[in-house]
Amino acid sequence: MKNFALQRRTLALLAVLLPLLALFVYVALRSGPLAPIPVTVTTVENRAIVPELFGIGTVESRYTYKIGPTAAGRVKHLEVQVGDLVKAGQVLGEMDPVDLDERIRAQQASLKRSEAQLLEARTRRDFAQTQARRYEQLLAARSTSEEIAFTRQYELQVAEAALRSAQEEVHRARADHEAVRVQRRNLHLVAPVDGLVTARHIEPGTTVVAGQPVVEVIDPENLWVNVRFDQTHAYGLAGDLPARIELRSQAGVSRTGRVLRVEPLADAVTEEMLAKVVFDERPEPLPPVGELTEVTVTLPALPSGPVIPNAAIQRLNGQAGVWQIDDGEPTFSVVELGTIDLDGLTQVKQGLKAGDQVVVYSHRALSSNSRIKVVERLPGVQP
Amino acid sequence: MISLAGRDIMHAWGKFVLTGLGLGLLIGVTLSMAGIYRGMVDDARALLDNSGADLWVVQKDTLGPYAEPSSLYDDLWRSIRGMPGVARAANVTYLTMQVRQGEWDVRAMVTGITAGEPGTPGWPPYLVAGRQITRGHYEAVADIATGFRLGDQFQIRRNHYTVVGLTRRMVSSNGDPMIFIPLKDASEAQFLKDNDAIHQQRRRTVETPAFNRPGIPDLLDEVIASQSTNPYVNAVLVQIKSGYVASDVADSIRRWQRLQVYDRIQMEQILVGKLIATSAKQIGMFLVILSVVSAAIVAFIIYTLTLGKIREIAVLKLIGTKNRTIAGMILQQAIALGLIGFVVGKITATLWAPIFPKYVLLEPLDSVRGFVAVVIICVLSSFIAIRAALKVDPAEAIGG
Repeated sequence: MKNFALQRRTLALLAVLLPLLALFVYVALRSGPLAPIPVTVTTVENRAIVPELFGIGTVESRYTYKIGPTAAGRVKHLEVQVGDLVKAGQVLGEMDPVDLDERIRAQQASLKRSEAQLLEARTRRDFAQTQARRYEQLLAARSTSEEIAFTRQYELQVAEAALRSAQEEVHRARADHEAVRVQRRNLHLVAPVDGLVTARHIEPGTTVVAGQPVVEVIDPENLWVNVRFDQTHAYGLAGDLPARIELRSQAGVSRTGRVLRVEPLADAVTEEMLAKVVFDERPEPLPPVGELTEVTVTLPALPSGPVIPNAAIQRLNGQAGVWQIDDGEPTFSVVELGTIDLDGLTQVKQGLKAGDQVVVYSHRALSSNSRIKVVERLPGVQP
Repeated sequence: MISLAGRDIMHAWGKFVLTGLGLGLLIGVTLSMAGIYRGMVDDARALLDNSGADLWVVQKDTLGPYAEPSSLYDDLWRSIRGMPGVARAANVTYLTMQVRQGEWDVRAMVTGITAGEPGTPGWPPYLVAGRQITRGHYEAVADIATGFRLGDQFQIRRNHYTVVGLTRRMVSSNGDPMIFIPLKDASEAQFLKDNDAIHQQRRRTVETPAFNRPGIPDLLDEVIASQSTNPYVNAVLVQIKSGYVASDVADSIRRWQRLQVYDRIQMEQILVGKLIATSAKQIGMFLVILSVVSAAIVAFIIYTLTLGKIREIAVLKLIGTKNRTIAGMILQQAIALGLIGFVVGKITATLWAPIFPKYVLLEPLDSVRGFVAVVIICVLSSFIAIRAALKVDPAEAIGG
């Protein structure tokens, strides 16, 4: 009986201590730095990838017309407001002519005076001509002296010169008059094309200098997106590639477009390439100029080849590569990488073939003497 | 020969095991405290490991980018890239902030990484889900400790980002999880003012006669444009070519670029020795006190256990048991108690370590040290108990 009791106690003690010991061994080996690192693997596939480029840009108008006076002056009135649609040739406003109207009248008077002077000169010339002809006949009949006849001839020549001078004076006065009238017309601020008024910088009564824009007009038919692509990924960007344009105000709605041109000048400061992307159809309602857009340009599909997710790519001792599992041990394979698409699929030019298994995700950074355990999904990651 | 200690333990094994469990919980707390200390240091090291850099180039006369603010022009990496021995140079920005997602927010270190391919300095070296960043804007890879899931959208300043990848153990030296976003967005988040401030700045500029001159109509636009640029990063991470020595490359950058350069060892000294020094010392101090208290409690427990058996020991002495046998019994019991305590402590510390909000690193070597310390403390404290036991008068067994 005593033995039995002792045995039962021993068993009870063992029942407590043995699981404790087992738990201890499990805990010591399965958690902390000694535990194997859970990893997931994937199979290298042969796939054709469609590389895409992602950039952001702003909506800009292709043609912006800054309309202002060619000489300093004061704005007299402006007919248009921002947002107005204008026609080519429409008068948008006018500069104050100050004394220009008076000068036109002065020039008109001057022209009329010149015309009167022309009339006078012509009359003088006609009279001198008649006199000269008469004295010529008298001289032929020997009824006058040669000197008088010669004087009449001289008077005719003077009258003709005076007539020519008066004619030129009329031309000058007419040109002067015309010039002032053109200047007067030039004070009208006229729309050069059909367009949309985007800015009204100056209000009537303000004095502006020559060349200062008073009104800005854009051509709404010709909006484009000035897109910036990071130079690192911009290889292959070219004109005529299809693009998807997403306006910031309409996230989720993507519009089609195409690359109009890639700018020959890159931005050296921001390390970006610039391209102009145009909409296939004019967006309605018209996006405001300056709105931020996200542009995705689709490059031509590449021939099929082995691809891996970019999460698998690691860098060891300065070389890009992937971890593969050889007999349960991780080994690092150096690979040469090609193009990457926006979903992270990366072409492998060298180092892997379809069907190879590579490690994608790991719980910790791997090294060649890590213990690993292949799992379906890493702990803590929700599906 | 029967084991006296074994027989005695068997006699009241429930009490013995329960005492061991209590002791174990105490040892568990001590081990956890050591783990918290190690975790703090490891957080600092993880930050350095994950950046993948051999050298950190920062603003002159600063301890940046982690311990002090540092800002460099963003085109400086080009001249650093041209220095001999530099294999890769990449801009990086760090900004610790509250990242909002709808109603809740999480404290995170937002890291701006330069465009490139995986393995570029600053990029998260491994993922646990999703993919690395492929777009130059508005994508993010987040540490799983942020609570974000793949496809989540969150806001930093005025932009929305989509989580495309998850990683883990990417923490700042404070233990805040990291969020990786493209560099251009990150430097905007760090240096770009909010819209109100920009608007007010514009108004100020417009009202400054020197900038708003009627004779030069375009001057104002140019001035405003130049005020809105943010050509700064916090540091340039450098990887050196194989065959070069980090300190040589650092020297030449220091000399010719006149910038501050830290290598891995110096950076670790800054982080561990300066940045987390006080809080680490705080935890360390507490660890010491806890160890002393634990040792004292272990000693008291063994002493009181022995005192509880003082009558039985007197009987043993009376029947002529050798002193060695009695001392051996007490010593064996003390060590057995210590063993149970250690096993329970190790298990509890490991089990509750993942629940801690910050990283708790239980190093195997620490466990070994803890084990040795527990055994030594048990042996030492059993000496006091043995002394008390040996001093007992056998007459007490009958005298009562």
